[in-house]
Parts: sequence; C-alpha cells; structure tokens
Amino acid sequence: MRRLIFILPLALFGVIAAYFVAGLDPARDPSAVPSALIDRPAPAFALDPLDPAAPVLDNVAIAGQIALVNFFASWCLPCRVEHPLLQQLAQEQNLPIYGIVYKDEPAAIRRWLDDLGNPYAVVAVDPDSRTAIDFGVYGVPETYVIDREGRIRFRFAGPLDPMTIENILLPLLTTLRE
Amino acid sequence: MIVELGHYALVLALLVSLVQASVPLAGAARREPGWMAVAVPASLLLLALVTVAFLALMRAYIVSDFSVANVADNSHVSKPLLYKIAGVWGNHEGSLVLWVLMLAIFGAAVALFGRNLPATLKARVLAVQAMIAFGFLLFTLFASNPFARFDPAPVAGGDLNPLLQDPGLAFHPPLLYLGYVGFSMTFSFAVAALIEGRIDAAWARWVRPWTLAAWTALTAGIGLGSWWAYYELGWGGWWYWDPVENASFMPWLLGTALLHSALVAEKRDALKSWTVLLAILTFAMSLIGTFLVRSGILTSVHAFATDPTRGLFILLLLIIAIGGALALYAWRAPTLGAGGVFRPVSREGALLLNNLLLVTAAATVFLGTFYPLFLDALGLGTVSVGPPYYIATFVPLMLPLLLAMGVGPLLAWKRGDLAGALSRLVIAGVCALIAGIAVWWWKSDGPFMAGIGIALAVWIAGATLVEFFGRIGLGRIAPRDTLMRLVHLPRGTFGMTLAHLGMAIAIVGMTGSSAWKEEHIAILESGGSIAAGGYDYRLDAVTRIEGPNYWAYRAQISLLDGNEVVALMTPEKRFYRVQRMPTTEAAIRTTGLADHYAVLGDPDGEGGWTVRIYHEPLVPWIWGGLTIMVAGGLVSLTDRRLRVGAPAPMRRVAASEAG
Amino acid sequence: MKRILFLLLMLATTPALGVEPAEMLDDPVLETRAREIGRELRCLVCQNESIEDSNADFARDLRLVVRERLLAGDSDGQVFDYIAARYGDFVLLQPPVKPATWALWFAPAAILIVGGFIAFFYLRGRRTAPGPVPLSAAERDRLDALTGPAEKRDAQ
Repeated sequence: MRRLIFILPLALFGVIAAYFVAGLDPARDPSAVPSALIDRPAPAFALDPLDPAAPVLDNVAIAGQIALVNFFASWCLPCRVEHPLLQQLAQEQNLPIYGIVYKDEPAAIRRWLDDLGNPYAVVAVDPDSRTAIDFGVYGVPETYVIDREGRIRFRFAGPLDPMTIENILLPLLTTLRE
Repeated sequence: MIVELGHYALVLALLVSLVQASVPLAGAARREPGWMAVAVPASLLLLALVTVAFLALMRAYIVSDFSVANVADNSHVSKPLLYKIAGVWGNHEGSLVLWVLMLAIFGAAVALFGRNLPATLKARVLAVQAMIAFGFLLFTLFASNPFARFDPAPVAGGDLNPLLQDPGLAFHPPLLYLGYVGFSMTFSFAVAALIEGRIDAAWARWVRPWTLAAWTALTAGIGLGSWWAYYELGWGGWWYWDPVENASFMPWLLGTALLHSALVAEKRDALKSWTVLLAILTFAMSLIGTFLVRSGILTSVHAFATDPTRGLFILLLLIIAIGGALALYAWRAPTLGAGGVFRPVSREGALLLNNLLLVTAAATVFLGTFYPLFLDALGLGTVSVGPPYYIATFVPLMLPLLLAMGVGPLLAWKRGDLAGALSRLVIAGVCALIAGIAVWWWKSDGPFMAGIGIALAVWIAGATLVEFFGRIGLGRIAPRDTLMRLVHLPRGTFGMTLAHLGMAIAIVGMTGSSAWKEEHIAILESGGSIAAGGYDYRLDAVTRIEGPNYWAYRAQISLLDGNEVVALMTPEKRFYRVQRMPTTEAAIRTTGLADHYAVLGDPDGEGGWTVRIYHEPLVPWIWGGLTIMVAGGLVSLTDRRLRVGAPAPMRRVAASEAG
Repeated sequence: MKRILFLLLMLATTPALGVEPAEMLDDPVLETRAREIGRELRCLVCQNESIEDSNADFARDLRLVVRERLLAGDSDGQVFDYIAARYGDFVLLQPPVKPATWALWFAPAAILIVGGFIAFFYLRGRRTAPGPVPLSAAERDRLDALTGPAEKRDAQ
C-alpha cells in the first residue's frame, strides 16, 4: 500500500506525457475552432446579391438542394489559392456554390471575379458581417456544406485543399445525395 | 572565425558533459576517488567552454555579423547596443545557449564551493547536472544551432521585435532562466540523494541555498516580466493567466513550497522524501514550461516562433529526465529513512499546510493551462480557460494560505501552542478586521473581495511584525538587549520577515489594482480632457518625432488636479521602420499610491485623437512588494549558516533561539 | 515556414488597444457591462486575448454585437449564450460547467481533499511510530567515550 503512493507521481506523469505527445501531432491546430452549428439548421439570412438584377439570397433560395456556402474576400490570399478548386468543384460535382462577400467592396469583388472567374451560382454581400457572425465565421475563407433540409453538415475554415476535398468533402456529398 | 570557435566550443562542451555525466557516477558507485574527482575539473571546463560559445554568439550580435543566421533573423545594424546584446537571448536558439550557460554556472558553483559535501554525493550531483547539460547541448547542436551561417550574408538584419527592445524585457529572460536552471540544481541533489539511497543533514543543508537562489531569481524574473507587460502593452494589466505566464508561475509556486519544505527537512529532519519529490516536480515544471513555450501546443501571445519537431525533442528530454527521476523515486524513496515526529499543530504542521495549498494551487494552474489540450486530445471538443477560471479557483486556495502565513512563524517546532500564538496575534487580527471594514465602508460600491484582500494583507504584515518584535524582545526586555538581539539576528530571519512583509505589500497592490482600476476612453481634440480618479487629463498637442530606428506621434497631456497642472505626460505611438510594427509607449506617472496611465491611440482623421486613460490605484505597491520579497531572498542568501557545508560543532545559541 | 510563423508572431504581439470611442454605448452602466462581458469573450483570431483587449476586426465585430444585444435588453447570460451558440464554448474564457469540464472545475477541491487525507494519514502514522529506545548504561558509557562528556555534546 505504501509502495503504491510512491508510484503515483510516475503514473500521473506518464498520463500527462502521453497527452503532450498527442498534443504534438502535426495535424493538430491549437487555434482551430470547431463549428458550433454542425447538424443544426443554417441560420436565417437574407442578403443583397452582387448583381442588382438577381433575387435576394436567403434560406429559401438555397433550400431543397445540397449546397456549399463559401465566405470570401478579394483581399484574402488563401481565397485566391482555393479559387481554382472551387471552380473544379462547381463543374465536376454539379454543386451550387453560394459566395458571401466578407468585409469587402462590391467593385473590388467584381474585379476579382472578372480576373479569376466566377464559380458561384450567386454572389451576395454581407455588409455588416452579421450573417458571417450568425454562421460563426471568424476569418476567410470558410466553407459550409448545407444539406437538403437546410442543416449545416460540415464547416471548413481555411482554404480548401485537394486532400480535404478528396477525403472528407466528396464522401460527405455522396452520403448526402442518398 | 570566432563564430566557428564558438560552435566548436559547444561541441567540445557536449563531449565534456558526457564525460562528467558518466565517470563520476561510476566512480561513486565503485568508490573510486580518482573517478569521482573528475567531476570538479569537468564542470569548470564545461563552464569555460559554454562561456566561450556564449561570448562568441554575443560578439556576432554586437558587430552585427549577419552571415550568422541567428543574428540576421533577430538583429539589425541600427539597433541600440543594449538590445543587440539582449537579442542574443531574445530568440529560441540563443536562449538555449543561455540555458546551458546557467546550467554550467550552477554546476561549477557546486564544484567550487562544495568542499564540505561528501565526495560521493558531490560526484553524483555534478554527474546529474551534466546529464541535463548533455541533453540540452544535444538539442542545441542538432535542432537549434545558433551558429548556422547564411551564404551569402544579408546586408541588413531582420531586427528584434520592437516590443522586446526594452530594458525590462532585456533582463527578464536571464533572471527567469536563473530561476529555472537553479531548480535544476535542487533536482540534481534530489536525484543524487535517491541514487545514494539516503538523505542526511548535509543534503538538506545544501538544497536550501540553491532553492533560495532559484526562487529569488524566478521572483525577480516574473516580476520584471509582469512590470514590463504593465507599462508596455498599453492596457494597464499585469497578469493575464496566459499559458506562458503560467509556465513561469507553476515552478514559482512549487519552488515556494520547496523552500518551506526544505526548511523542515533541514531543521527537523522530516518531510525528506516529500522534499525530494517536490524538487523533482519543480524542475519538471521548469522543463514543461520550456516545452510549452517552444513547441506550439498551446496558443499564447508570448510563444517563440514554434516548431513541433523542436517540441518533440524537448518532450523527449522531459520524459527521460523526469520519467527517469520519478521512476528512481518510486524505487528508492521507500527506503529513505523516516524523520522527526511532529504534532499537526506545530511549525512543521503549518509548513505542511503551506505545501498542501501551494501544490494544489500549482496543480490548479496546470489543469487550467493544459485542459484545452487534454480535451482536444480526447476528441471531446475544446474549451478556453481564461482569467475567470483562475480567479474562481486560485484565489480561494490562497485565502487559507495567507491566513496560515501569519500564524505559522509563531508556532514552535515539533509541538506548537496555537492558543498562545493566536493570543499574541489578537492585535494583528483586530487591525486586519478594521482595515477590511474600512475598505468595505469607503469603497462600498467596489467588489467584495477587495476588503478581504486588504484585511489579509494587514493580517500578514501585522503577524510578521509581531513575530519579529517578539524575536528581538521589543518592549519585553531592555532596549540595549533588544538592539543586541537585532544585530545578532541571523540573516535568514531578516530575509523571512522581509519576504513575508513584501508579500503583504504586493497583495495590497494586487487587490487595489484589480478592484478599483478605472478605464476611460474618448476622442480628444486639442484642449479636450478626460476625468479619471479625481484628476483631469487634458490633451494639449500631438507632434511627430524621429527616433533611432522608429518614428512616432507624441502627445502632450497635462495632468490636472483641479486647475493646477501637476505633471506633463507624453505617451507615444511608435512605428518601427524595419519590422513595420506600431507600438504604444504609455505615459505613466507614479504617485506611490496610484499610477496615472495615459495611452495614445489612433487619429480620427479630423484632428481628434483617441486617448485612453487608466487610473491604477496601488499598482506601485505590487512592484514595491515584489522588490522587497527579492531583497528578502537576497538577504537570506547572505546568511553565514548557509555557507557551512555540514553541521559542525559550534556555538548555536542565537540559532537555537531563532530556529 | 519559419518566417511565416515569425511574421504571425509579430502580428500577434501588436499591442492590445481594444474598444474605440465610436463603439462605446452612451449609457455608462451598459458600457461597463459590455466591457466586463467582452473581457470574458475570446478573440478567435488572436493569440489568447479577449475581444476587449484586441484591435482585430473580428474583435470589433463581436464587441458591437455584445453592445447590440445589451441595448436589446439581453441579460449577461443571454449575451454569452448568443455568442456561444454561434462560436461554440471555445469563445468563452470562463469554461462552462458541463460534463466535459467537471474535471476542470472540481479537481482543485478534489486535489485539496485528497492531499489533506494523505497528510492526515501521514501525521497519524507518525504519531504512533515508536520513539527512540533509551540507552543502557553500557551504551551510554560507550557514547561518552566516543564523543566526549555529555555537557559539551549537549551544547550543540
């Protein structure tokens, strides 16, 4: 019994060291924030589109289909990096991608889209970032997968990369389509 | 060339540390005096080599040798000399060389001053110290080499982060490392004792000065860092419970516990096994702190540029050193003899309570710091643990500790008279109550804890003075005898009195600043003013000035008491050219009872400027209190009794009265 | 890579300036509440700062939301719930008390109690330990021979 007490510090240290080792996992990002809205309905929103002739972008507009919502801006370098992947997704997957502009000028966005191409079904502007806050956005780019019932199923913060698309996004889309 | 010399010196140091770690250890096991004697010259040689390496690196900084990658990344031609020197340890690689230098200094000190140590103990202590040095040197040379070259060399340098170009922060790392590494010495003693299989009076006597030195340095280092954050970061705060701050606080808490536990071990030959464990854990916290800051596993404002591969290396070092020591403890500690007996109500009992509370407090801070990591690793999501958690858990633990702090010194060893002690403390208790009630009445709209904080501080100060005056017999015996006693009082007693008084003063400061701080923000045009803390702050003008490696907006703010201009304050907003970073230089005017704190913000483009005024009551008492605590530690270190290696027969009348 | 990390570090250490006069509410009571709430909300794009202490755009957005909710009449708890519903518990600097954080909140007391028990049993065990056996006359003579007369010895 007395012996056990002396082993206790070593045992505790072993547990803590194991956690430290886990903490060093390169895949781990200590500043990554998990979304609070997974499996919850997408927040209510109604935003003016970039193109004045188009209708307002709101929950009704994206309902009944599987859609991607992508928050982006022209001053955002990683958005530029993920842009070709978004175009590829839109074409190959026949997936509507709705773009929401985060803290940017409409003129700058139009120039940016003219330069790089427009993968979005509709581009809407979020002037006071309220919709972004309702979604839980804390930076750009961020991408949300919304299912047919209007629920958020997946949130990716940061620029999309081929591995994430391959290993997480596409399988998810397949599941949702069934 | 000199840089290569430094590099070579470091490699040689690695080899020397290997020899120092193995030969004396084997010599102690085989009782070979020749082998054990290797330890002393080896540690001196190690010190010489590491000093050469450190000086070589420093020279590269001073002459701005940008072919050295480390210098190029962290220094600049136009940086003032003090910060070129401080830049040596203002980055990861250089700070590791400083770490190893301190390890070598402590090892050499034991080698030189340890004449009274038993030969086997001394050999083992120096061997363990060398093992730690070996680990760090390996890490430095293979994963964090400060002497790596750029070819071709860049012309200018990357410059040191302007926030770090500051006298306070220049000395903060060396003091901190002195503390962390000082605890490596107690660790080495603890492990050596476990290897020896016994702890005796000599061991306990030897552990205390190193603990004291490390604790004093760590207190100074933390205080300096806190003070720097207060005047540099521009929001008038001095502690944020940031993971890196906690990384220095945990060894401090455990180090304070160790200081008090070592006292019991030395005077009463009790709690020896516990003291050994505590020594191991305190150094473990130093290492964990090093790991935390450099590995990137937690987000923090303070972290060095992080790199998980470095983290892995440090973790390996940590596992080997601490895992090995704790395994040794589990194996050998049961065979360490039991020590003196004491009743629960006694000075030992009070010190045991002190240890219990401090260790729980350290565990709480540890839990709060690493809980997000634990949850994340278990896949249970993630939480943030910020100041609100620590205030809710840490502060309640401190209350009984502060209460006990007043009573403990008045209890006798082995069997204390609680009733007698409390009866002597009635006056201190009454003063504390009056102070608390006064605070509640005067600042009735302030937080409730303010009264408790002030009351506890008065309690400690009163109790400490009661104990001190009792010791010198003030009022009880003839004044001449009191004076004689005062003069012959051991320095350790002075040190303790100073340290406890310093703590009381610091608590007053912490309570006042937390409870009654005022923050006022407004856009001011020339002539406009803000009222705060009974004064007015009037913005007179904002001008643009040029500095050595920056330009700045400087505001002149008049501090008005009624209509009289009491002072002129000149906060600045600086823009450092190379790193393109804006920093604020707050203007602080200290009255001794409070700080007037002015910060210049951004212009609004129409001639108005954002000005922030903080009124910080009692903040200077924090720095004053901490300084007195450090002074207490230093005074204790000069105690002649600490220089005696093992107890020798001598007149100890004063000591037996005091102790 | 190291440069990028270094640059990020520099950005992170930009000194905190926090709430701007334009954001402040007119009602001082509400403004004080807003700042106290803000001190307990984490700035998610900063390195461990609250939204009150940071001058990041994101922090500003959340400060405005907090003030908006207070003007709409929300209690402190409701404001925290509003923000946490969108950003998760990670944004709360005071971790909520839920099963995943029970260990965090109750461990300090638990450690104190367990430590107290260990200390208690240690002290109890020591008290019943046998004291030193008195020396016999022969042993005392031997001791005197080794160390000198008793008076000098006891003066230590």
